[in-house]
Amino acid sequence: MTEAESRVEAPGADYNFAYLDEQTKRMIRRALLKALAVPGYQVPFASREMPMPYGWGTGGVQVSAAVLVPGDRLKVIDQGADDTTNAVSIRKFFQKTAGIAVTGHTGEATVIQTRHRIPEAPLTEGQILVYQVPIPEPLRFLEPRETETRRMHALEEYGLMHVKLYEDIARHGEIATAYAYPVQIEGRYVMDPSPIPKFDNPKLRMAAIQLFGAGREQRIYALPPYTEVVSLDFEDHPFVPGKAEGACALCGSETSYLDEVIVDDRGGRMFVCSDTDYCAGRRAAGHVGAEGAAAGEGRA
Amino acid sequence: MYVAVKGGERAIDAAHAWLAEERRGDPAIPELAVAQIREQMTLAVNRVMAEGSLYDPDLAALAIKQARGDLIEAIFLIRAYRTTLPRLGASEPVETGGMRCDRRISATFKDVPGGQVLGPTFDYTHRLLDFALAAEGEVPEAATAAPDAAPKPRITGLLDRDGLIETEPASDETPPDLTREPLGFPAGRALRLQALTRSDEGFALGMAYSTQRGYGRNHPFVGELRLGRVGVEVEIPELGFAVEIAEIELTECETVNQFAGSKTEPPQFTRGYGLVFGQSERKAISMALVDRALRWEDLGEDFTGAPAQDAEFVISHGDNIQASGFLEHIKLPHYVDFQSELELVRRIRAEAAASAAEREAAE
Repeated sequence: MTEAESRVEAPGADYNFAYLDEQTKRMIRRALLKALAVPGYQVPFASREMPMPYGWGTGGVQVSAAVLVPGDRLKVIDQGADDTTNAVSIRKFFQKTAGIAVTGHTGEATVIQTRHRIPEAPLTEGQILVYQVPIPEPLRFLEPRETETRRMHALEEYGLMHVKLYEDIARHGEIATAYAYPVQIEGRYVMDPSPIPKFDNPKLRMAAIQLFGAGREQRIYALPPYTEVVSLDFEDHPFVPGKAEGACALCGSETSYLDEVIVDDRGGRMFVCSDTDYCAGRRAAGHVGAEGAAAGEGRA
Repeated sequence: MYVAVKGGERAIDAAHAWLAEERRGDPAIPELAVAQIREQMTLAVNRVMAEGSLYDPDLAALAIKQARGDLIEAIFLIRAYRTTLPRLGASEPVETGGMRCDRRISATFKDVPGGQVLGPTFDYTHRLLDFALAAEGEVPEAATAAPDAAPKPRITGLLDRDGLIETEPASDETPPDLTREPLGFPAGRALRLQALTRSDEGFALGMAYSTQRGYGRNHPFVGELRLGRVGVEVEIPELGFAVEIAEIELTECETVNQFAGSKTEPPQFTRGYGLVFGQSERKAISMALVDRALRWEDLGEDFTGAPAQDAEFVISHGDNIQASGFLEHIKLPHYVDFQSELELVRRIRAEAAASAAEREAAE
């Protein structure tokens, strides 16, 4: 990333640091503290209208705005990549409104806002991972009513979810949920980890603080460091993370999550790392995949 | 090499530049002034103010210009601006009974105290394209009359005096505000009305229409529809009394609805209520019908399963900024999720093919 490490000029006088006013940030921070105190519980918060559309990361942006301080270094990824359009747009938003330092390197970031992925490199204590969440309610597609699902969580009534997973096995031979795979937190709340591929689920127990923001649905939830996170499964059908078979064509990684790229109209395809920083780091360290030379520079 | 959604930074800048050019259109045609939109596209301005929840015709007109006439986009601009504004205080409730009416009609009585005033309405126009408007020219001035100072008491107030309509208990409770507190259910009537007045006009219209067609029918009459200006008063703590700080245009609709009555209560008419910024009659009437449909529980009626009776359904889906944002977010890349589904479907298909082959071999 060429703009990495570049501090932009101070934010304009038109808006407060990181856009939100201090009262709003305080309201969000209260919700965050409650969420951290009751891991996996969805805390309602008075989500604001942001200058980007609902469904495009307004929850994550509000959470990031509430936790950012001037010394932070922000990384924004979408689908694992730093230069997908919406990640660029959100990063620019914070550069403009907070004058914050930004980076593409997972290890250098103090706050990482993400959509649909957890970085491959393990996060460390002191880092904060902020998720953009479209539908925070793991039971939503089993029960559309919020009044009902809140009651189900309160009573720890998760039978419906187990029945759904069982029906998957009966119909398909396995649990047919590939992303937003439900997890249970410290044996209590069933939580939607946001639409990350289930490949990422094992990483949910980590050293960093994880904050989840759903703007349109007005919910915040959180996982403190090292919280126990269990992907729902059955003894005879244990949880399997799963990913595309094969190795990254650019860096040769066989353990990272891969995106499939269609290269021609005759069924040709290749796989590349979804985490662009991880891939670039490996290539910089000398790892080369099957098509690494052809890819050249400038993809990171 | 695949780079379609990568290198987003340059693509975004280029897209914005192109968009600005498209917005301007042919530079040989004079540019629209914001004041022209404010004065000549008034009903669009009104809609943007109503659904944007901000009474400011100049900003609404600017938003319409910036949004290339896409009213939902304009509403979005206004909403995003509105959230950044400090809240200095709350006004006293506006007194719509004292409205200086430009228009005031009742469908329930032939004549009413204060009279019927047709006002500036499309109602009885023949919808024929007026090609004279294509040629520029001034319209002849409309005839004027002396200001109508006759008091216009609310029709429902007249019915109320005879006990024919349910009494709406007065309350000085501060109404909830869904822009400041997370929305929760069950939602009281004040909160539902706030959600409805901000809701998408098309959505409210569709919901209201569904009640007329039998999905939660409530037999509405337009008891009164009034359009006009009211003063906005704010109590100044230092002064100890309220001062008028502004005048706003509102459309108010009160419906009079049938009520069967019960063994203990004699039959009485019930109410639906709509109040919208600006001249927004379609919206105000729609709001009143949906409000009435949502009141089934308060009035001891049956829930028939009609969408318009379901407060959680109506309120959760009526906001066009929430709806369009979430709808359009599926344009964002989802290839990580899609990849995981792709793997799943391939694996399940492979397993199915393998077991089918096994079965065939066994036969």
